Amino acid sequence: MNAGPVLDIRDLSVAYRTPGGDVKAVSNVSLALQPGEIVGLVGESGSGKSTLAYGACRLLRAPAVITGGSVRYQGRRTSGSADVLQMGQEDLRKLRWREIAIVFQSAMNALNPVLNVRDQILDGIHAHLRISRAEAEAKVESLLDLVGIPRSRLRAYPHELSGGMRQRIMIAMALAADPEIVIMDEPTTALDVVVQRDILGQILELKEGLGFAILFITHDLSLLLELADRIAVMYAGQLMELGTSAEIQHEPAHPYTTGLLNSFPSLHGPRRELAGIPGTPPDLRRPPPGCPFLPRCSFGTDACKQIDMQLAHVETSPDLDHVTACPFVLPGGQPAGPTALREGSTA
Amino acid sequence: MTSAAAEPGGFLSAASRRGPLAMEANSLSKEFRVGRGQVVHAARDVSFNLYRGAVVALVGESGSGKSTVAKMLAGQERLTAGTIRLDGQPVELTSLRAFRRYKGSVQMVFQDPFASLNPVHTVRHHLERPIRLHQGRKSKAELRAGVNALLEQVRLIPAEQFAEKYPHELSGGQRQRVSFARALAAQPSVLLADEPVSMLDVSIRLEMLSLLDDLRNRLHLALLYITHDIASARYFADEVLVMYAGEIVERGPAEQVTQQPAHPYTQLLVASAPDPDNLGSTLRSGFQASAGRGVAVAEQGCPFSPRCPFADDQCRAEDPAPQPVSADRAASCWHLDAAAAAAVATAGESEV
Repeated sequence: MNAGPVLDIRDLSVAYRTPGGDVKAVSNVSLALQPGEIVGLVGESGSGKSTLAYGACRLLRAPAVITGGSVRYQGRRTSGSADVLQMGQEDLRKLRWREIAIVFQSAMNALNPVLNVRDQILDGIHAHLRISRAEAEAKVESLLDLVGIPRSRLRAYPHELSGGMRQRIMIAMALAADPEIVIMDEPTTALDVVVQRDILGQILELKEGLGFAILFITHDLSLLLELADRIAVMYAGQLMELGTSAEIQHEPAHPYTTGLLNSFPSLHGPRRELAGIPGTPPDLRRPPPGCPFLPRCSFGTDACKQIDMQLAHVETSPDLDHVTACPFVLPGGQPAGPTALREGSTA
Repeated sequence: MTSAAAEPGGFLSAASRRGPLAMEANSLSKEFRVGRGQVVHAARDVSFNLYRGAVVALVGESGSGKSTVAKMLAGQERLTAGTIRLDGQPVELTSLRAFRRYKGSVQMVFQDPFASLNPVHTVRHHLERPIRLHQGRKSKAELRAGVNALLEQVRLIPAEQFAEKYPHELSGGQRQRVSFARALAAQPSVLLADEPVSMLDVSIRLEMLSLLDDLRNRLHLALLYITHDIASARYFADEVLVMYAGEIVERGPAEQVTQQPAHPYTQLLVASAPDPDNLGSTLRSGFQASAGRGVAVAEQGCPFSPRCPFADDQCRAEDPAPQPVSADRAASCWHLDAAAAAAVATAGESEV
């Protein structure tokens, strides 16, 4: 094992070229993924979380353009680190799926409807691994065992499977080449809570066994608080806050994070006052100056229009890696800070 | 006067405290034939009442039949058996005219605000049509005023400006507001909302729910809130009905059902909801990891029996009728005592 991160995204910027001007979908985002770690990337739709992840694997197509930054990858099987953004097509082909695999959001659309489960997985294996047919077939069976699908469903077509089973097939395919990193883009969003829990439990189990790192993309912060080691909160193409799950939950520094935490009704424990976040995200064709969250922020002042969006250490936090983009608000340091909100819950 | 009306079996709905009875669903059943004589029971013997000013939440997984129930109530799906009453009168939608009159009282809001608006028409067009259809002939000025009033009601302000927009110019939340406005144009007494917020971003959901709550209060609507998110039902609903495989397996006041679920299925549902205050405990211990895997609904007996930890021969042979838990709570289970004891034991464990 090496000590450095498996994936190191630095200052990545992605723009969508449109006739009305560039849409800055991702602006100067830096995020590192350590071996075996689960990093959650949370944000609303349009916040750029998927664009960031796909940009890091160069899976974006025009009109999306990577306008700056670097993405260094270093795995167990590779010698030294390489910049994904500079790789040639052949190196990229080796990187994708073998090193970085993706579980796409909609298993309904991501699976080929005219191939049965077995052929579907075999297709992927033969494209990326040099193994014999018999070995490949044995691998398909062991993959299905891994994700808990009975072998009797080998010949089933996607339409004959439930949503949860299809998602498990997607996970099985992603794991076929024993990847270093698995990017999961809303893997359970379309599923029921019971099935979701089942699949998440299984993902954790597989991660423990196989040791891959996970970049988990979702809009559901409550899910990440349970699942992730660290959480990156994204808004309007920028990182707002980055910290461990416990820090994000108990000491959220950025007002947007606090807003998200107060947006979901809790099922367990006392009823809390729920606030939500009024307003809508900004138009990224014409991003406002300074902090993009200002129009929706209850702490906003004129000074927010001047700030340069930079992540800085949360002063009150003992953890140097707990960083926030808001220089004005600290956890607990404000009357409406997270502590006050939590205390006020029993009323 | 009808506000204290007991339902069949002396059951008293928690929602009945809010206002008079608006709609009664009595033993609704729906069967779909799927080739070679096979029958899917999408809804079985579903009974509940909707009261003016009250929210009743219908909670269940996809495929549990909750949308089928809503469609039957909306007059979009024929009943295999059962009756629906609106304001005490049996509903018989035998003619187009009867259907249209019914639609004047019962409106539906759909899940997907991206698919439920016509992309080639403006917001004004979407709202003028139902005003003309349900509120009679109107002059141009009256129509304009009507559209503005509706948009202001759903807080799309400035209304004049929003009226001229096309769906693609609106965000998901704004589109869903237009859907609400369209439903309200008919001046209904009953609103059926089928997963109205599940396609929206988390930060916007609350705003939409509080808008619905506000509309229910101001317009004294009887609201059926269909969702798979039992946590939102806790905050939003007066009464919660939990559906499984086409049957209502548990019902009662929202807080009680979510905090002390009686039916094993409700217990599973509650345990499965993400719970940040209980970090990863059930997730990492692989709680009931096999619960959702490759399950089929039982052909006979209790539909939950193949997944239920308490199931015995009686459960597999005979479908339990609703058992009263208290005056306003009921659950369909043969082993409510065992389930309750297990729930207490689990709660004790997590406190240690």
